[in-house]
Amino acid sequence: MSSEHYALKVNGARHEVRDSWIGESLLYVLRERLGFYGTKGACEQGECGSCTVLMDGEAVCSCLVLAATAQGAEIVTVEGLAPEGELNDVQRAFVDKGAVQCGFCTPGLIVAITHLLDNDPQPSESKIKESISGNICRCTGYGRIFDAVQQAIEVRGVNR
Amino acid sequence: MTVVNAQSIDEALHALAELPEPRLVAGGTDMMVEVNFGRHKPGDVVSLRQVRELRSWHRNDDGSIFIGSGLPYKVMEEGELAMMFPALAQAARTVGSPQIRAAGTLGGNLGTCSPAGDGLPVLAALDAEVHLRSLSGERRVPFSQFMTGVKKNVARSDELITGVTIPMTVGFQGYAKVGVRNAMVIAIASACFVHDESSNSVRLALGAVAPTIVRCTEAETYLDGVLAKATPITSHELDRFKELAASAARPITDHRSTADYRRHAVTILAKRFAERAFNVV
Ligand SMILES: Cc1cc2nc3c(=O)[nH]c(=O)nc-3n(C[C@H](O)[C@H](O)[C@H](O)COP(=O)(O)OP(=O)(O)OC[C@H]3O[C@@H](n4cnc5c(N)ncnc54)[C@H](O)[C@@H]3O)c2cc1C
Ligand code: FES
Ligand code: FES
Repeated sequence: MSSEHYALKVNGARHEVRDSWIGESLLYVLRERLGFYGTKGACEQGECGSCTVLMDGEAVCSCLVLAATAQGAEIVTVEGLAPEGELNDVQRAFVDKGAVQCGFCTPGLIVAITHLLDNDPQPSESKIKESISGNICRCTGYGRIFDAVQQAIEVRGVNR
Repeated sequence: MTVVNAQSIDEALHALAELPEPRLVAGGTDMMVEVNFGRHKPGDVVSLRQVRELRSWHRNDDGSIFIGSGLPYKVMEEGELAMMFPALAQAARTVGSPQIRAAGTLGGNLGTCSPAGDGLPVLAALDAEVHLRSLSGERRVPFSQFMTGVKKNVARSDELITGVTIPMTVGFQGYAKVGVRNAMVIAIASACFVHDESSNSVRLALGAVAPTIVRCTEAETYLDGVLAKATPITSHELDRFKELAASAARPITDHRSTADYRRHAVTILAKRFAERAFNVV
């Protein structure tokens, strides 16, 4: 085991990572070293999507990124989608539509759906399904999650 | 132990040659699973994530296409590459989930060299060549000679896969895999079928049914003979084609499927592709 000292750019700010093991995933570093607990970890093998973050504008599983290789990348976690204390339109829609039960999958879904709508404000139903096919929810049965996506699409349409 | 975030192919090659225990990482979607589960303790890691030259594709003077090893699947799913190589796009779309396709690369698929790797039957059927570069130069290896076994290939530890060259072909092509569901599934059997109109010949490659990707040369030769007759393909001929295709498979029984089912799946895939390619109804 060795330690490395490097910096990551998370939600627009530079964060120093000290005394870490070189094999740590971005998920681990975000949570355990930098305190971004919004990003959840479950499977640590890319299957569940609960650890989804944006990296240089792409939605990726942070459990599959070696943290030290993310130096220089723009990382956005669920905490970075709206100013402190506020909700973005997707988060608002999840609350309004009751798309949250245990909430464990929610941050990953919020990041994935925000990413979808930022790139395609009017996605088809199949595109919506495809874009969250990497995010598993064990509670809701997805119905209310799709309702929330529809609300966010409508809200964005009105505000455009 | 150290992590090198290489900025160029050259820098990566020097790191590969000089570090005691170098391990390349591109998208990380294979390697990090090993690391997270303690199956692999990284010594020195050479990351290719920031090597721009690997994350692009271009057309060569002879019309063939070079695809950089670091290009994520996402880029192959649609757009110009997908129009030129529909089979590659279909394979890319079946990989994992959007998160996996945004990170995962062909170089990583080749590096891991799993018989179930979705990119590999496509490279086999399209007669791709793999570019391997080290400080002592570059060599090109036809895909058929690149993969030598389950998770085995001819790349040396000082070599980097810079990409693949794929000759252009005109005609039907398709990739499909059989698995337990639609998203996020490892192939039980997969196939890539290509009809090269210029020579009126076909190519069929199978994945997940042998230690390596296999080309169904007997089935290909048989169907080429049928095509040469220039009469409509009969159902008897289709059946012969699919049986010959299945005879190229050397499947095993494991936790995902049985050998018999894998062989059966190959017959279905082979027949379906021939029907689609030649509008047999
Ligand atoms: C949830 C999940 C689902 C998946 N689903 C599929 C699927 O449906 N189909 C499929 O085929 N795969 C699937 N995979 C496996 C994986 O995503 C692919 O094999 C992908 O192509 C790996 O690319 P990468 O860049 O992420 O590889 P990495 O993990 O970065 O590297 C993989 C291996 O290749 C080596 N390597 C990487 N780049 C190079 C290079 N340029 N030169 C030499 N060696 C190199 C590395 O050292 C490593 O050994 C899945 C993985 C996960 C986690
Ligand atoms: S924890 Fe990363 S995908 Fe499940
Ligand atoms: S709300 Fe519990 S997993 Fe989705």
